[in-house]
Amino acid sequence: MSGANGASVVVIGGGVTGLSAAWWLARSGVQVLVLDKGVVGWEASGRNGGGATHYHSPLFHEEQRLWPQMDDLLGYSTEYQRERIIVALNSEQLAWYQYMAGIHRGFGYRVDDLDARQVREAVPLAGDNAIGGIHVFHGGHANPQRTVQAYAWALQDLGGRILQHAAVTGIKVEGGRATGVSTTRGEFGLDSLVVAAGPQSGMLLAPLGIDLPLAPARAEMIVTEPAPLMAIGGVDGNGLYGRQTLRGNLAFGGGPHEWIDVDETGPEARPSTPLLRNLSRRVAELLPKAAHLRVIRSWAGVIENTPDGRPVLERLASPDNVTIATMSAVGFGLSPASGHAIRDLVLDGACSFADLGKLRLSRFEGLPKDWRRERGWDADAMGVSAG
Amino acid sequence: MAQTDPCSIAGKFQPPKQRFEVVVVGAGQAGAQAAIDAARDGKSVLLVDENPVSAGLIGLDVPLYYGGRATAAVQNRGRMLEQVFAANPLLEEAFEAGVEVLLGAYAWGAFVNGPGLNALPEPVVGLADEETSWLCGFGRLILATGARDLALSFAGWDQPGVMGAGALHALLTRYDAFAGRRIVVLGSCALAISTALLAIERDVEVVALVEIRDRPQGPADLVARLATAGVPILTSHAPMAAHGGAEGVERIVLASISDPAAPSVEIACDTVCQAIGLVPAVELLNVLGAKLTFDGARGGHVPVLVGESGTSLPNVSVVGGCAGVAGGAEGADYALDWMRALMAAGDASTIVCQCEEVSRAALLGVKHPAYLGPISEGMAKRDVGDLSADGPVNQDQIKRLTRAGMGPCQGRRCREQVGLMLSLSTQTPLAAIPLASYRAPVRPLPLKVLADWEEGHEMSAGWDVWFGMPSQWVPYEDIGTDREAEHATILGGEIQ
Repeated sequence: MSGANGASVVVIGGGVTGLSAAWWLARSGVQVLVLDKGVVGWEASGRNGGGATHYHSPLFHEEQRLWPQMDDLLGYSTEYQRERIIVALNSEQLAWYQYMAGIHRGFGYRVDDLDARQVREAVPLAGDNAIGGIHVFHGGHANPQRTVQAYAWALQDLGGRILQHAAVTGIKVEGGRATGVSTTRGEFGLDSLVVAAGPQSGMLLAPLGIDLPLAPARAEMIVTEPAPLMAIGGVDGNGLYGRQTLRGNLAFGGGPHEWIDVDETGPEARPSTPLLRNLSRRVAELLPKAAHLRVIRSWAGVIENTPDGRPVLERLASPDNVTIATMSAVGFGLSPASGHAIRDLVLDGACSFADLGKLRLSRFEGLPKDWRRERGWDADAMGVSAG
Repeated sequence: MAQTDPCSIAGKFQPPKQRFEVVVVGAGQAGAQAAIDAARDGKSVLLVDENPVSAGLIGLDVPLYYGGRATAAVQNRGRMLEQVFAANPLLEEAFEAGVEVLLGAYAWGAFVNGPGLNALPEPVVGLADEETSWLCGFGRLILATGARDLALSFAGWDQPGVMGAGALHALLTRYDAFAGRRIVVLGSCALAISTALLAIERDVEVVALVEIRDRPQGPADLVARLATAGVPILTSHAPMAAHGGAEGVERIVLASISDPAAPSVEIACDTVCQAIGLVPAVELLNVLGAKLTFDGARGGHVPVLVGESGTSLPNVSVVGGCAGVAGGAEGADYALDWMRALMAAGDASTIVCQCEEVSRAALLGVKHPAYLGPISEGMAKRDVGDLSADGPVNQDQIKRLTRAGMGPCQGRRCREQVGLMLSLSTQTPLAAIPLASYRAPVRPLPLKVLADWEEGHEMSAGWDVWFGMPSQWVPYEDIGTDREAEHATILGGEIQ
C-alpha cells in the first residue's frame, strides 16, 4: 500500500453498495477506507423504498439468505421484516403480479395467490377495490437510512475507516494499476480500488479510458403519519413500491422519473414536485382505509441507470485492481449480496456464489455516444417545450 | 430520430387549474398589503391564507404551537371564518381592491423549475382546503408566511397548557379562542413582554415572566409598562418542570440559576407561554429551493435577500416575518442560553420530540426508537460524538436515526431545539449546522385531500412502478435466451 493515509482497499462511494463491500472486506480482515463526497447514504441509498425482493438478479438467492441475518451480522438494527403482499386493483396488475409469482416459484420460493377476501384479511387497510394479490413468503423490506448507518458503524467496529466530505477528484494509475486517489481532503494510496460512486462513477472512470454509460434520474416518494401496524408491513401494488414502516408510517414511491444531469460533485438539488398528489392518489386507492391519513413528507432521490437497466459488477482487466459497481437503480435490497460479490471480486477475482458474466461492461461496446438522446433519456428532453 | 421515454415525467403534468399574475401566501399585515398594492397596480391577485386552520391541525400544533389551549370554538368553522375576517380589516380592503381572497386554504407546496427539475409546465403553488387540493400558477409568488413559535423542552412540556407566543397571539386576537386563564410567560425579551401585555389587555391573568439571565431582556419602556401592570420578572430562574392533571398544566416549578441551594419556586398557572423567540416560516422557500442563510439576528434560517424583498428565485419574493424576525443581534445566543439552562435544570429523560417520543438521552445518544427493541452492544457505545467525528454534525442525519422531527407535526416543536442541543453538545456553531430540510406538503394533509383525482391521461398512461424498462426485470438466467423477449412483453413498462 502506498501513502500513509491510504488503505489496502479504497472504496469510492459511501452508499449501500460501497459500504456493504467495505464491510465484507473488513470482515475478511482487509484494511479498508470508504470515501464519500458527502454523508454516508445521503443519496439514493437512504431515499429508497427499502424493498428486498429482487428475483431478476443473480444475487437474489444471496439477498434472501443474508437479509434475515443482517441485524445480527451488523450488530445494528436494519428494521428488516420478512414477507411481502402485493395488491392488485385491476386485472392487468394482477396478471403482472402473478407472473412474478411464477418466476419466484420457479426458483423454489413459496408465493401464494390471494383472492380479494384474502387480501382484505391480510391487509387490514385494503378495501373493496382490491381484486386479488400475491403473498411472497420471503423477500421483505428494511429501513434504508438505518441500514446505511448500520453498515457504516459495523464497518468502523471492524476497524474500517470512513471519510466523509471527501470528494474524489482523480484516480492515479501507474504501470497499468490504480495506485491512489486524489480527493478534496488529500491523497490516498491503495492496492485495490472499488468504484461505487453512483451517478458519478462514469465521470470518475472516464479519465482512465473506461466508458461506463450511466444516466441519472430523479424519483420521488411520500410518507404518511403512522397507521395501526399491519401484521405484514411489506404491502405494495397499484403501481407503487413501498411499505408500512415499523413505526406505522406508509412510505411509497413510483411513477414517472425525470432524467437529469449530475456533475462530479453530485446532484445540486433533489427537489420533489406536485407528483406527490399522484402518489397520494395511488396510496389512497391501494389502502382506502388509510385515505384519511396525513401525508407528512415527500422527497426525491437520484439514481443512475445503465442503458439496459442492469448492474455493472466487474473487476476490470485493466487496470486489474479496479472493481466497478453500479446497481443501476436497484441497489438497496441487493446490498448485502452485492457487497459480498464485490468482496469476492476484489480479493479472489471472481464471485464465489453467482455468475456475474452478463453484468460485464463489455456488453455496451459500440454504444452510440448519444445513447441517452436515442432513448429519450436526455435531461433536455424533460422540459415541456422539448417534450 | 430521438425517441421519447413513455415513463419519464416529460409532459406528464397538466396545466394548473387556476392562474394569477400574483399569488400572495399569508394575509397578515405584510401579505395583505402586498396583495392590495399588486391589485392596485392592475395585476390579477390571489391572496391565500390558511386561517382558520382546522381544529385537527390546531391539535397537532400546526402551524403554531397552540399547546392544547384553544377553546372548542375553533371547531365551528363558520364562526371562525367570520372571526378571522373581522379581526383583519385589510381583508375587506383587499376585496375592494379586486384581490381574490381565499381563506381557510393551505399553501402546502410551491414548485419552480431549477436544478434537478425541469418538467414543470410553469411555476405553481399547491393549494388545498379541507376537501381537495389543486395547483395554481403564478407570475410572481409573494410569501408572507410570517413566523412560527420557537419551542423548547423541559419536564412536562408535553402536556396541554405549554404553548408558544405566536399561538397565544393568534388565539387571543385572530381566533378569540384562548382557553387559559392564568399564565406564566417564559422569556423577558420584547416578544415576551408584549405577549404578556396583550394577555393582560384581554383579561388573562399573567402571574409572572421567567428569565434565565440575570436581568430583563426587553426594552426599558416595555419593562416599565409590565412593572406598572404589577407583573414580576423572575430573573436567574429556569423552568424545571410543569406539573398538571387531566386538563394539563396546573403549576410550574422553577429553579434558581444563581443560587443552586435556593429552594425551588412553584407557581400555580394553567398555561406556560414560551416567548423566547420566533422562527421565520421558511418552509415554502426551502421546498422551492430558494437560497437560505443562517442569521441569528433575523431569527435563524432566513432567505438570502436580493434587494429589499427579492429571493434567489427571480419570481419569488418575501415580505414580513418570513423574511426575518427582529430578534436583536443576539437572538440565536439567547435561544442557546435558554436551551443550556433548560438542559442543566432537567434530566436526560426529558422528551424532545413529542410526536416520536424521543428523549434528550436518545437524541444525543443517536439511539434507535424503543419500538425496535433492545439497544445492541454496538449501539450502546454510539453517540452524537461519533457522527460529529465522521463529519460536521447534520440534523437530517440524526433525524433519520433517532426520528426526532419525523412525526406528524413535521418537526415544528423540536426542529430548532434539536439544532440548539446539537450545537451545545458538539461545540458546533449553530450557523454551521445545516437546516433540517422542510418537505412538501409543508402542512400535514390527508392522502385523499392531496390526491389528484383528476390527473391527466398522460400521467395515468405513462405510470410505472419504476423506470418502465422491461430489460431491468428479466431474470438473470434468461438474459440472452429466447425467454428474454417473452419476459419483456409481459414485464413491459407502464404498469398502472
